[in-house]
Formats: sequence, C-alpha cells, structure tokens
Amino acid sequence: MRRFFTLRILLLFTVFSAFSLEAVAKEESADGSKKDIKTEIKEYIDHHLKDSHDFSIFSYTADNGEHVYVGIPLPVILWDEGLHVFSSSKFHHGETIAESGGNYYALEHGKIYKTDAEGNLSHDDEGHVTNAKPIDFSVTKNVVMMIITGLLMLWLFSSLAKSYAKNNGVPTGAGRFFEPIVIYIRDDIARPTIGEKRYKKYMPFLLTIFFFIWFLNMFGLTPLGINVTGNIAITFGLALLTFLITNFTGTKDYWKHLVDPLGDAMPWYGKIPIYIILVPIELLGLIIKPFALLIRLYANMQAGHIVLMSLIGLMFIFKSWIGSPLSFFLAFAITLIEVLVALLQAYIFTMLSSLYFGFASEEHEHEEDPELAHL
Amino acid sequence: MEKLINDFSFGLFVWQTLLFLLLLYLLYRFAWKPILSAINDREEGIKNALAAAEEAKKEMQNVTADSEKLLKEARGEREAMLKEAREIKEKMVADAREQAKQEGDKLIAQAKATIDSEKKAAVAEIKTQVADLSVQIAEKILKEQLANKDKQLKLVDDMLGDIKLK
Repeated sequence: MRRFFTLRILLLFTVFSAFSLEAVAKEESADGSKKDIKTEIKEYIDHHLKDSHDFSIFSYTADNGEHVYVGIPLPVILWDEGLHVFSSSKFHHGETIAESGGNYYALEHGKIYKTDAEGNLSHDDEGHVTNAKPIDFSVTKNVVMMIITGLLMLWLFSSLAKSYAKNNGVPTGAGRFFEPIVIYIRDDIARPTIGEKRYKKYMPFLLTIFFFIWFLNMFGLTPLGINVTGNIAITFGLALLTFLITNFTGTKDYWKHLVDPLGDAMPWYGKIPIYIILVPIELLGLIIKPFALLIRLYANMQAGHIVLMSLIGLMFIFKSWIGSPLSFFLAFAITLIEVLVALLQAYIFTMLSSLYFGFASEEHEHEEDPELAHL
Repeated sequence: MEKLINDFSFGLFVWQTLLFLLLLYLLYRFAWKPILSAINDREEGIKNALAAAEEAKKEMQNVTADSEKLLKEARGEREAMLKEAREIKEKMVADAREQAKQEGDKLIAQAKATIDSEKKAAVAEIKTQVADLSVQIAEKILKEQLANKDKQLKLVDDMLGDIKLK
C-alpha cells in the first residue's frame, strides 16, 4: 500500500493537470473563436511557463460565456517615478487596465506596460509591445512559491536541528529522510571537491541551494502550474551567487593562475603570444562557468514542463480511445522521469558550484620544491 | 537569446536574490549550523566510543595477562613454600633423631656405669656375706665336732696324724 503512495500521487497530479488543460479546450469551443486547439494549447503552455501576477489554481468558462478564474490575486508593486502598489485583481487577468496614482497599466503576456486611459498598446513589426515598462517588483506567483519553499525549508530543517537536542543526537520523523541527504552533500559533494580544510564554510550555501532547487523543482511537478526554477531570472540569481562566492573566496593562487596560467614554466617573452589568446579564454571561462549553470537548470526545467504539458495536450488533440490513453501513459512516464530530473538538476547545480568553489580555494603546494628550484 | 532577455524579469531577480540570501542566513542560523555540529558531534562520539572500546579491549587483555601472571607467581610461591616446609620438616626430624640418639647414648652410658657400680657393690656384699656364712658354718661344724671327748681326741689324733715330724 505504502510502496505505491508516491506513484498514486503522481498519477493524481497527471490527471489533475489534464483536467486543467481540458478547461482550456472547453474554453476554446465556448468562445467559438477561430483559434484551433493546437494554438490554444501552445498558448496555454507558454502562459504556464511564464511567471504570473496572480496565483491561479484553475480557470473555466461559465455557461454564460464568462471566464471564471479560481485563485488568489497577488500584490503588484511597481516603480514608476514613485511607488505604485495595488492588487492584481484590478487587471482581471489582463482583460482590463489598472489605474494607480493617475497612471494606467496594462497586463499583456505576464508583463506590465504603461498605457493610457483607453489601454492602447502599440506593437512593433515583430509584435512586441513598445510601450514603456515600469520596473516591476510585484510579488508574483514565483515569489510566493519561493516564500512557501523558504518557510517549508525553515520549518523542516529547524525541526530537524531541534530533534537532535531532544532525541540525544538522533533525528526523528522527516529528519530521518533528510539527514542522509545532508550527509551525502557533505561527504560526497563538498568534501571531495573542496577539500577537508575549507569545505565547512561553503556547506550552508551548498545545502541551501540544493534543497531550494530540489523543492522548487518538485513543486513544478504539482498541477499548480508552478515553474520557478524554469525561470531565467531565478537561475540567473542562483548562478550569480555561485559566481560571486567563487571569486570572493578565491585564493591568491586562483587569481594568479587566471592572469598567468603557465606560471614559471616559460620565460616572459614566450608567454606574450600565447597569453594574447590564453588570458582572454581564462577570463571568459569565469563567466561561462556560471552561465552554463544558469542555462542548464533553466533549459532542463523549461523543457521538462514543455514536454509534459505537450503530452497532456496531445490527449485533447487525439480525442480518441487509443491516442489519448497512450499519451496519458506517456505523460505519466515523463512525470516519473521528471521526478528524477528534479533531483538530478539540483544535484548537478550543487556539485558544479562546489567544484568551482574547490578550484577557487585551492592552494598549490608544489611551488617550493627544492629539488626543482635549480632547474 | 532574445527570448531569454525578454523573459528576464528584474523585479523577480531582486526578489529571488533577497529571499534566497534571507533564507540562507536563517537556515544557517537555525538549521545548518546546529545540524552539522550535531552530526559532527555524533560522529566524534562514535569515533571516540569505538576508540574507547578498543582501549577497553586492550586493557581487558592486559588484565587477563596480569592475572594469569599473578596466578602463575602465586602457584610458584606456593610450591616454593611447600618445598621449604618439607625441608624444614625433614631437618627437624633429622635433628630430633640425632638429639634423641645422643640422649639415649648418654642414658645408656649412665645406666652402664650405675650397673657396674651396683654390681661391684653387690659382689662386695656377697663376698662379705659368704665370708660370714663360711665362718658361721665353720663355727657350727667345729662346735659339732668338738662336742664330745672322743671326737676331740680323734680330731687331735687326725691332725696329729697329718702332721709328720720332719
């Protein structure tokens, strides 16, 4: 019974996701618009992948043709020559414009634009909106999810920390599951890559980033339509921290190796032609490493969501007794793989961050070899 | 690339960075620090306990070896004591025998001397008594023989007869 608990939950999620997409399919028929179902599904997926200004759970079209959204509106915070704070319910999911402090704002494709009282938006040749964009500090769905994840982590791990004191150094409850992971990150990620002497100061960051990414990835598999780690701003922020920590904790050797990669192995006049190429590559490597981190996580999560939702969408395109169950089964299988990917991506991000920290804090001890001094 | 830049939301980035740093600090303060130190303490504890057990085992072996040694020593001592006691006993017996013999010899010598002197005294007394008896017998015999005249005369005659004039 217990063994299949996770499988059941996932099956339920897949079914639920399918239902939320079905609402879209119905919407389309009720609208009677000319958009075919494929475009509709594509737009739905696009919409899902983006951050949104309200926490929508699902939406449907009522019998009278009105769109009904079930969810929680979130606060919109804008900086546009002064602070504007209002509820996202003012936008009515992009159907109306919002007025705040004498300015008018419109919501299109998850972005807020400044507009006039009629809500006119001008578009360029490629269809991009050319209106001015205020700086948007809104508490979006992703921000809410990060706060929820943060609170969940705080609760989980502080209770784990407390259970040690209560239970004489032995964890209880969920801690029994998480403690081995903490130990794994310490013994199999941080220790071998950073080294016994210095790994301790990086541990809090590595643990936080691992569980943060993992939990958010897992939340992305729920049918709530959350895609936090598949958002470029999020992965950029995470990779930037890795980049800053790497370079701020870099040792003298690390910097010396960066601008003088060959060291004393070659006389200075020999280095000049090589260094014209080598040093820019080394410096570029500084940026490329965290850039690869941010793109890898973003692309993997994004792709997973697209594949999963496309397979669910296929059910409504096939609308047959053979195609739809087949694609449902496929979607379920992909969900299982995504559970693995969620963990794997968190692991890779942590592992590579740890590796970069290891490179930066490495100290070379081979320089003062008396045997080689005379050579 | 253009899509990526278009998707990038500065506000979300700011929120993410702030929230993550706050989370990092709070977790460090309330979770990672106590968790890692608790795990560390536990590992140290296990290591120490193992070392202590090893130590105790060694101690135990030492104690066993010591007690065996002690036992052996005690056995040796007992043996030695017994041997000594036996020797003392034998010596005492030998001494006693020697002394007794000497004592006996002495007694025997004394007894011999006493017997000799007693014997001499007895012999001397017997001699005296025999002399007395002989005199008494001679007296009696003489009295008998000289009771009547005839006999006296005869005796004179006999005696005279023995005596030959030269």
